[in-house]
Amino acid sequence: MLKINNLHASIEGKDILKGINLEIKPGEVHAIMGPNGSGKSTLASVLAGREEYEVTAGSVDYIDKDLLELAPEERAREGIFLAFQYPVEIPGVSTTNFLKTAVNQVREARGLDALDAVSFLKEMKAKMKLVDIDQALLSRALNEGFSGGEKKRNEIFQMAMLEPKLSILDETDSGLDIDALRIVADGVNKLKSDSNATIVVTHYQRLLDYIVPDFVHVLYKGKIVKSGTKELALELEEKGYDWIKEELATA
Amino acid sequence: MSKDDHILEEFTSKEYEHGWYVDFEADEAPKGINEEIIRFISAKKEEPEWLLEWRLKAFRRWTEMTEPDWSNVNYPAIDYQDIKYYSAPKQKEKPKSLDEIDPELLKTFERLGISLNEQKRLTGVAVDAVIDSVSVATTFKETLSELGIIFCSFSEAVQDHPELVKKYLGSVVPANDNYFSALNSAVFSDGSFCYIPKGVRCPMELSTYFRINAANTGQFERTLIVADEGSYVSYLEGCTAPMRDENQLHAAVVEIHAAKDAEVKYSTVQNWYPGNKEGKGGIYNFVTKRAICAGENSKVSWTQVETGSAVTWKYPSCILKGDNSQGEFYSVAVTNNHQQADTGTKMIHIGKNTRSRIVSKGISAGKSQNSYRGQVHVMKRASNARNFSQCDSLLMGDKCGAHTFPYIDVENNSAQVEHEATTSKIGEDQIFYCQQRGIDEESAVALIVNGFAKEVMNKLPMEFAVEAQKLLALTLEGSVG
Repeated sequence: MLKINNLHASIEGKDILKGINLEIKPGEVHAIMGPNGSGKSTLASVLAGREEYEVTAGSVDYIDKDLLELAPEERAREGIFLAFQYPVEIPGVSTTNFLKTAVNQVREARGLDALDAVSFLKEMKAKMKLVDIDQALLSRALNEGFSGGEKKRNEIFQMAMLEPKLSILDETDSGLDIDALRIVADGVNKLKSDSNATIVVTHYQRLLDYIVPDFVHVLYKGKIVKSGTKELALELEEKGYDWIKEELATA
Repeated sequence: MSKDDHILEEFTSKEYEHGWYVDFEADEAPKGINEEIIRFISAKKEEPEWLLEWRLKAFRRWTEMTEPDWSNVNYPAIDYQDIKYYSAPKQKEKPKSLDEIDPELLKTFERLGISLNEQKRLTGVAVDAVIDSVSVATTFKETLSELGIIFCSFSEAVQDHPELVKKYLGSVVPANDNYFSALNSAVFSDGSFCYIPKGVRCPMELSTYFRINAANTGQFERTLIVADEGSYVSYLEGCTAPMRDENQLHAAVVEIHAAKDAEVKYSTVQNWYPGNKEGKGGIYNFVTKRAICAGENSKVSWTQVETGSAVTWKYPSCILKGDNSQGEFYSVAVTNNHQQADTGTKMIHIGKNTRSRIVSKGISAGKSQNSYRGQVHVMKRASNARNFSQCDSLLMGDKCGAHTFPYIDVENNSAQVEHEATTSKIGEDQIFYCQQRGIDEESAVALIVNGFAKEVMNKLPMEFAVEAQKLLALTLEGSVG
């Protein structure tokens, strides 16, 4: 589904990603872990198409397409979803209105008819249950005055509505208490299927208790330096990142 | 190139939609202004002597006045002798009904989306259509007259209801109020007149559609709305002009008189030609709009969506004379390319317990300058007066400007005056967030801008709001890609 080859990216002349290789197949959950500043969020942003980042080398194939050639909205329409670490506020625009615009533009791109108000509402009601989100929240201006937990829940709700093929959760656990974390993880798990894949970017192992990864990768100084299964995450939790740094230094 | 610059570049190529013109055979005055021209206009209109005198007096005052230069706009000096002050499409006979109007004129308005065919109108909106210097048609006159409502062109009102015109003309905006109102008073050629009798709630929206068609002419129309005790009316105004390289002057006057318990809602969607991308051409929109809440508990609400004109200079105001009267001003002003807007309001609190509310949303893009200028004046007698003002500015890119000039004068200690102001920039974060959800750049900007302006857009009558939303998006967007 996704094949990242020797990906290099920089921002304002500073190299952040220095040769990422990663392959993801449908149905898989990959966790990307690593210390602060290792390039985790940059990887998420580059995949979603943020233009401040310049890709200096490498390639990304996504379902037979050259991902790097696509505009951000085209990537979204092709099924890439980024749950933001810091969801953006848009004053005066309700979540409902925002999502209706998004869902219909995505549907149009996929050759489907736009949903009318009634069917959109029906669809929304069904997905609201998945992430236990309140309708009152959805009529408020997008993310404006939302608590940390409400923002993250709203991200997962949008993910449910847009039915992506590849979801990238960027530090979705940051700022969440344990109850909110459980609800968000629960939503992600319900949306999981054999045909879609998930990348979970996180600093802590905590989230991985709820969203169980098939593979865990450690990103350090812009490279994946270690890959393993969920046990690797537990080891990191126990020992921290220092042993990996040491291992690299002696190698 | 950063994302912002990129978006900015794309916002400059949209063409003005109403830039065409029709070659009517016109009945015109020669260029220039003098007493002869004023007599010519007055004679064309077969006006009574008192009105000619009123015009001449205004003209003499105007010649003694100087053009104001305090507003935050720049434009080359206007040569007032190089303008035609009267231009009317020739009609063979004065049409007695809508059926007799020149089909070319009807087509012109059809093309602008204004149907003058009463049967075709789906919703209850009566229209007075003004082209250059004259009103060419007014719809639903008969239906309205059954309720005692007078809705007609200004010229007809002068003939048919001289007592009302004489009583209220210049009562809110005196002829010598300012340079442009004096000019208008001297040469105004047509406009709309509306009278709502005691206790009548006008059952449909009344609207005037202004169209400039001829070249080298100015449009000087005058609108007078009188709402008698306990009446209600909602009034709409729309306008467009052809694309021409020369600047054209539009200096209108709108006067509103609201008696005891009366309520008037006045909405404008201003879409005059703004000039091209380099700032060539466009309308100078120098307008005086003022309402008096003369009676107790009266209410006047101005709502404006200003998207057009090269230069706008406009302050719809309320004189809150009656006790417990209310004034409101809701404004969205969008400027792009080289447009300049200096707009706002004046709320003059005279009566006790008077209240006013100002919500101004300025959106600047391109190399444009957008200023809010507002005055809240609480006079000595106005105990317990309240004002709330909110001025928000949204900037797109770093070559435009937003300015706020609030003036507050309070002469009564019991007054409460609040002023809030914010300035924000459309963030690339916001646009990227929308794009990541599958929304293209153009729609993202439209969504964000409409969200910003929502509080004002909500005040517009339903069918106008949809148009205004589209217009807002159109003004800012270019064809992407």
